[in-house]
Amino acid sequence: MRGFLSFTILSCLVLAGAGWWLTTPERVEPSAYAGLVGVPARGEVVFHAGGCASCHSAPDSSGAARLILSGGRAFVSDFGTFHAPNISQDPDHGIGAWDIIDLANAMIHGTSPQGQHYYPAFPYTSYSRATAQDIVDLHAYMVTLPADATPDQPHDLAFPFTLRRGLGLWKALYLDEDWTLTSELTDTEERGRYLTEALGHCAECHTPRGALGALDRSRWMAGAPNPSGRGTIPNITPAKLDWSESDIVAYFTSGFTPDYDTAGGSMAAVVEGLSQLTEDDRAALAAYLKRLPPID
Amino acid sequence: MTTGFKMLGVVLGLTIATGAAIGQDAADKALADATKARQAQMQLYAFNLGLLGGMAKGEIPYDATSASAAAGNLLNLAQLDQTHIWPEGSDEMGVDGSKALPAIWENLPDVMAKNDDLVTAATAMDSAAGTDLASLQGAMGALGGACGACHKAYRVPNS
Repeated sequence: MRGFLSFTILSCLVLAGAGWWLTTPERVEPSAYAGLVGVPARGEVVFHAGGCASCHSAPDSSGAARLILSGGRAFVSDFGTFHAPNISQDPDHGIGAWDIIDLANAMIHGTSPQGQHYYPAFPYTSYSRATAQDIVDLHAYMVTLPADATPDQPHDLAFPFTLRRGLGLWKALYLDEDWTLTSELTDTEERGRYLTEALGHCAECHTPRGALGALDRSRWMAGAPNPSGRGTIPNITPAKLDWSESDIVAYFTSGFTPDYDTAGGSMAAVVEGLSQLTEDDRAALAAYLKRLPPID
Repeated sequence: MTTGFKMLGVVLGLTIATGAAIGQDAADKALADATKARQAQMQLYAFNLGLLGGMAKGEIPYDATSASAAAGNLLNLAQLDQTHIWPEGSDEMGVDGSKALPAIWENLPDVMAKNDDLVTAATAMDSAAGTDLASLQGAMGALGGACGACHKAYRVPNS
């Protein structure tokens, strides 16, 4: 009897320990970043391709005001409402005190400098594929941006999603660095894949999610309900998106559709970022989209 | 006599009710007509943008004269007097087919400012379109941005 009790207690301890270990926030290996030199101009491209301003600029801001990353936009989801934090250069209210490794931990593992999990409303699920050089360049660019002292608003989530530690299990299940499109690609298409699947995080909106909020990769880019607004997010696989590559490039440049309507809703903000990329990068995105398996 | 008054009352009542109904119909028609006029203006934008955009994409050979004409049309369209085509109530709730959000009428100064931005972008295109293809291509982005700024804030998202 005593033996059985000890065994049970020991098992519980082992399980709890395993759970704690499983849910421990991961960090990058700093040596992977040692010796890399950040170039702000390249970081600016990463910044626009990553769409940082689309979520972290103040609500309703546009133009140059999009570089003031004071946060505050609300994102409604099945789990509650997330509020984008201040990622301006303010050392207290923003990320002005972050070094490269802090930024890398956030983007690659969704881990904060304090060692907490970020919610995947922050698309580290895509950024985890970013190269170390891009993160170093992004850091070099972001330190040139203004500081703003707007305090963060807390997320408004339902229990049990308020327990951040549980995200460790979610990450163990769903966070990986694999590409979804694994066909043989040209250099341009590979660049397009990097821009789409890593920095651009297009799938975060254009791919439907399962019950636990993970992307359903069997329906990659096949459209999804709009979680934070009206209407639906369109299917952009060749099954539905019949625009030519030059139509797609023109859309990313000016926001004009082939009918000369314009992007609306969240996509208008995305186009504001994409319009800052080079023509080659926009063409690479278009080339990638054309290679997607068509899904009705 | 009492019956006569009652009858008069009923008739008057009916007349007022009918009058109100006709008044309502006329008001609905005015809102619907204004919405149609706006949509016609948008069609004209799209048609002229189609010419410029087709040249920008290389689908239509660049021609300075037609590019200038299209750009001039855009500038004129942006400067039309729009006082009467945005009556309050002609939003998505008030008119079938309207995609205007009620927020327009809560933020009129901002809507006007956005139209001013469109005039600025159309003015830039007006001088760029006849210069050369590269100038035309360079002016498309600002034009799209100006159109999109209003659509983003004040139009029902596409479904």
